[in-house]
Amino acid sequence: MLTLRNIDIHHGRIHAVKRASLHVRPGEIVALIGGNGAGKTSTLTTISGLHRPSGGEILLDGRDITRAAPDAIVRLGLSHVPEGRKVFKPMRVEDNLNLGAYHRWRRRERARIAEDLDAVYAMFPVLLSRRAQAAGTLSGGEQQMLAIGRALMARPRMLLLDEPSMGLAPQVSREIFRHVRELRERFGLTVLVVEQNARLALRAADRGYVLETGRIILQGPSEELLENRDVQRAYLGRDLDAG
Amino acid sequence: MDTASLLQYLVSGLTVGSTYGLTALGFTIIFNTTGIINFAQGEFVMLGGMLAVILGQALGLPLVPAVLGAVALTTLAGGLVERLAIRPARGASPIQLVIVTIGVSILIRGLVMLLWGKDTFALPHFSGMRPILFAGAAMLPQSLWVLAVTLTLLAALRAFFTATIHGKAMLACSHDPGAAALVGVNVRRMVLASFMLSALVGAVGGVILAPLTMTAYDVGILLGLKGFAACILGGLGNPFGAAAGGLILGVLEAFGAGLVSSAYKDAITFIILLALLFARPTGLFGARSADRV
Ligand SMILES: Nc1ncnc2c1ncn2[C@@H]1O[C@H](COP(=O)(O)OP(=O)(O)OP(=O)(O)O)[C@@H](O)[C@H]1O
Ligand SMILES: [Mg+2]
Repeated sequence: MLTLRNIDIHHGRIHAVKRASLHVRPGEIVALIGGNGAGKTSTLTTISGLHRPSGGEILLDGRDITRAAPDAIVRLGLSHVPEGRKVFKPMRVEDNLNLGAYHRWRRRERARIAEDLDAVYAMFPVLLSRRAQAAGTLSGGEQQMLAIGRALMARPRMLLLDEPSMGLAPQVSREIFRHVRELRERFGLTVLVVEQNARLALRAADRGYVLETGRIILQGPSEELLENRDVQRAYLGRDLDAG
Repeated sequence: MDTASLLQYLVSGLTVGSTYGLTALGFTIIFNTTGIINFAQGEFVMLGGMLAVILGQALGLPLVPAVLGAVALTTLAGGLVERLAIRPARGASPIQLVIVTIGVSILIRGLVMLLWGKDTFALPHFSGMRPILFAGAAMLPQSLWVLAVTLTLLAALRAFFTATIHGKAMLACSHDPGAAALVGVNVRRMVLASFMLSALVGAVGGVILAPLTMTAYDVGILLGLKGFAACILGGLGNPFGAAAGGLILGVLEAFGAGLVSSAYKDAITFIILLALLFARPTGLFGARSADRV
């Protein structure tokens, strides 16, 4: 469904990602794990068109989206839940969700958008009870649900998730990852999730890639990566408590 | 001091204050979508008045088409400013872009001066000059036009930003342009729209005030400063604070001119502004900015 071939990403002089290749098949949940500054966020912002790669190509369903604009990519069915949630804080929860459906906001679509809103509220009932509140007043976990809900409102086929567990208590992180599995069951979504919390992400995913200082150094089925000595030493040791 | 002249000051203050308010609103629309203070905003106000005069005199257009044409042309000019000056400077910091807008304002003023000279022009009053008398005060019909048009425009903008998806998308660009792009908003098109919308608002302000105060190539400088002051007074970024700031400023000025001396009219504005900034750095209605982290 999504293929990256030999992607290079620069931020000025910094070579953040070096000839990275990865793919995600339809219906898969794939985890991209790596430490601070490994290049995970850069990879996602480049896929969604916020940043241009300096080399390589990105294909979505076989179609070249390497230089497409972010709004065009959303229209092709790929939605990105950014690092740090990035909800529109002063705006109401329901306005945030409706803005998620911005690209298909036409009179004929209204009824379907309203249905999608109900589906998001059914999945995250807490958002329904807070629908008229400013998004900035929600807790971190609730903002993460709002950010995911906003992305769902675009009716994507594939979702990019950037560190959904960031700053959340272990229990809330686990809840968010249960929702990630649920996204595939309920909406048939394909997911590429980026995480520092490797254990949590690999347990939810089918396959994983390990990114270290801009290079993909390992890949494989999640169980294999969870058993892998190097992965255990580098990424699993310190978050035992979170598992 | 009798009530009649107090009422008179109030009316003239609200009239002039409306234009300050509309100018301030123009600043706010662009600031909210881009983080830029557009110092060419005063020139949009000037263009509204000047183009209406020119379309009327040079082309012999009747008043209504001249006024509508001036607003339309200024809106286009706003779009051109974004396309030709702001967009090519992509990647520049907001401070650099502010300096670009200062350059643009000098350019617009210079062009108007070259084309039509330094004369002062008058636009005909929309519905005659017979004063309406009430409670001992006199009010020109044009003042009613100014107040009514300003209130209508405010109500329309409020509806746009709170009740339409495009208005909300424009606000979303101000809160987080990256996240707005990720929900499918074409941020560049929104920036273009914000320049056109604030040029339109500025032109309307210029065209309704021109019959009362006369207009010339350089009226935009002071109007721009006053509008900016109104923005700060109301709390930068808050559209209704900006409009209210304009009205308050206009009224204070009128009372200052009437009760103290009209020679100090402009100084009064800036003294009030400085005093306020010491007392309340976020502006009168700026409390909301606290949740914009
Ligand atoms: N906008 C930017 N300007 C300059 N350098 C950047 C920028 N964004 C990222 N970088 C650099 O690129 C490298 C990769 O950053 P990136 O944010 O992609 O890593 P990450 O894996 O998401 O890290 P984290 O886990 O901290 O979120 C880092 O060295 C970072 O300092
Ligand atoms: Mg990151």
